[in-house]
Amino acid sequence: MSIARARGQVDVSNFGLCFGQNTAVSDISLYVEPGEFVSLIGPSGCGKSTVLNAVAGFLTPTTGQVLVDNEPVRGPSADRGMVFQQYSLFPWKTVRQNVEFGLKMQGMGKSERLATARTLLSVAGLHAFENHYPEQLSGGMKQRVGIIRALATGPRVLLLDEPFGALDAQTRMIMQGLLLDLWEGLKISVLFVTHDIDEAIYLSDRIYVVTAAPGRIKAELTVPLPRPRDSGMSETPEFLTLRSRLHELIREESLRAMGNEVEAGSGRGVGRDLADAIGAARH
Amino acid sequence: MPDAVIHAGDTAITPETRITVSPERSSARTVFRRFRGLALGLLSIALFVLAWHLLTTYRVSFHVRFLNVPTPASVLSSAIHAGRDPDFAYNLLISCQRIGIGFLAATLLGVPLGLTMGRWPLLRETLLPLVEIVRPIPAIAWVPMSIMLWPSNEESIVFITFLGAFFPILLNTLMGMGQIDPVLVRAARCLGAREASIFREVLLPAVLPQVFTGLAVGMGVAWVSLIAAEMIAGQFGIGYFTWEAYSLVQYPDIVLGMVCIGALGLGSSALIRAIGWLVMPWARLADGRPK
Repeated sequence: MSIARARGQVDVSNFGLCFGQNTAVSDISLYVEPGEFVSLIGPSGCGKSTVLNAVAGFLTPTTGQVLVDNEPVRGPSADRGMVFQQYSLFPWKTVRQNVEFGLKMQGMGKSERLATARTLLSVAGLHAFENHYPEQLSGGMKQRVGIIRALATGPRVLLLDEPFGALDAQTRMIMQGLLLDLWEGLKISVLFVTHDIDEAIYLSDRIYVVTAAPGRIKAELTVPLPRPRDSGMSETPEFLTLRSRLHELIREESLRAMGNEVEAGSGRGVGRDLADAIGAARH
Repeated sequence: MPDAVIHAGDTAITPETRITVSPERSSARTVFRRFRGLALGLLSIALFVLAWHLLTTYRVSFHVRFLNVPTPASVLSSAIHAGRDPDFAYNLLISCQRIGIGFLAATLLGVPLGLTMGRWPLLRETLLPLVEIVRPIPAIAWVPMSIMLWPSNEESIVFITFLGAFFPILLNTLMGMGQIDPVLVRAARCLGAREASIFREVLLPAVLPQVFTGLAVGMGVAWVSLIAAEMIAGQFGIGYFTWEAYSLVQYPDIVLGMVCIGALGLGSSALIRAIGWLVMPWARLADGRPK
């Protein structure tokens, strides 16, 4: 038991991970205060998910350490709930059985489990679907089940790995609003991985920009927008400034990730050259 | 609401997958299709029996000889006779019992072994080469060895049946284990599941469709193996009955035996399909729905 009963403090210090000769991420240090909403953003394949998986307990750091409430992470546990991009609901369980799963693993009795799951499902607007199978739900509904399944056991930290990446724009906005409501209501720490700049700004207190291969922290930005937030804020000068700053940071990284031939800042030139080459080939 | 759903029965259909045919028309079409399928099936069976009747009644012989082949009518009369014969019923019963024991043993051994071999690479690497060497030997080739191994004829026949069913069940389970999305196991571990719960709550249900494929294939091979073993080494059983009919020149009984073996094979695979349908309610959804 920690002294201050702090719940959901995440500390990653000098975290590095190597697979043989390959360095996936190196020297990553970041933190999440209890109740804070923190995003990791960067080009695809940059190692954002590696950091998340280390906090979840699926990866053991090669260097450095990962602490949650001052305890080193040793394997996955229900303390750290995880939401996956591909929902990862159990297809053979009904919506309610999916939500009950974590509680069942904790040894909670059948009737208590049922009551808890029903409460959560009705909060998420899914009470009418409790006996449906995941296959019968739309993507947005599946991810709502995924989120409340991860929250049902009362974790200290919620880890989300591009949770809305597979959803259409409309559904994604609704899901972002729902996640913010849940986060504000539960005062839970959130570590959120995304490559969507607007999403990161709209949701987060702080944003870490991760570089491409090997993954490193390139920048840390605080989001100055007040809460509660609404979609109208995306027109404010603060939002726009932050967005262009993030664009610049990520664009550099994406270009670097595409290879050495493409010099940072000359991506457009390469596109032109390609267009010329294709044009020439036609004649 | 983007994820609004339209209800048809108790399944939710998203707007993208909505069907344009009205429910009444689509159900009328289903009934017609089903009726047409049944009628065509019965027609082909009737034509087959008619051809059989003509070929045997006129004792056609053009390289293939129908001279000694019994007519449908003589098979029917021997079936009626056999229906009153307790020995015939006993033959059927003992064959079913051998299948039951051999198949059950193969399931109880094959499924857990497939699960653990799929989960633990060390066990898989140790046992798979052995399995690959023994598997290609047909169960029938085991008959002499089996007679030497087991003290009674009965046990050796059940062993042959077991061998026939065992490998398809084991290998299908093992193959299914390889196809499980590892993210599901990670999701379970994140929710606090330990190894025993992962087996019970994730791996077993995830692999069930392939297990049932293995059971269906295994049941077919079990019958093949049983009939062969009974013909060679049996004293009772429907395979023994069929071979005995040939030895005793009771030709209608040969066909009767064949028909019974076919019916039992059909019935047992229908039973497996029915059990699969009952224990995998989520798998029923995939039928007849656009993916």
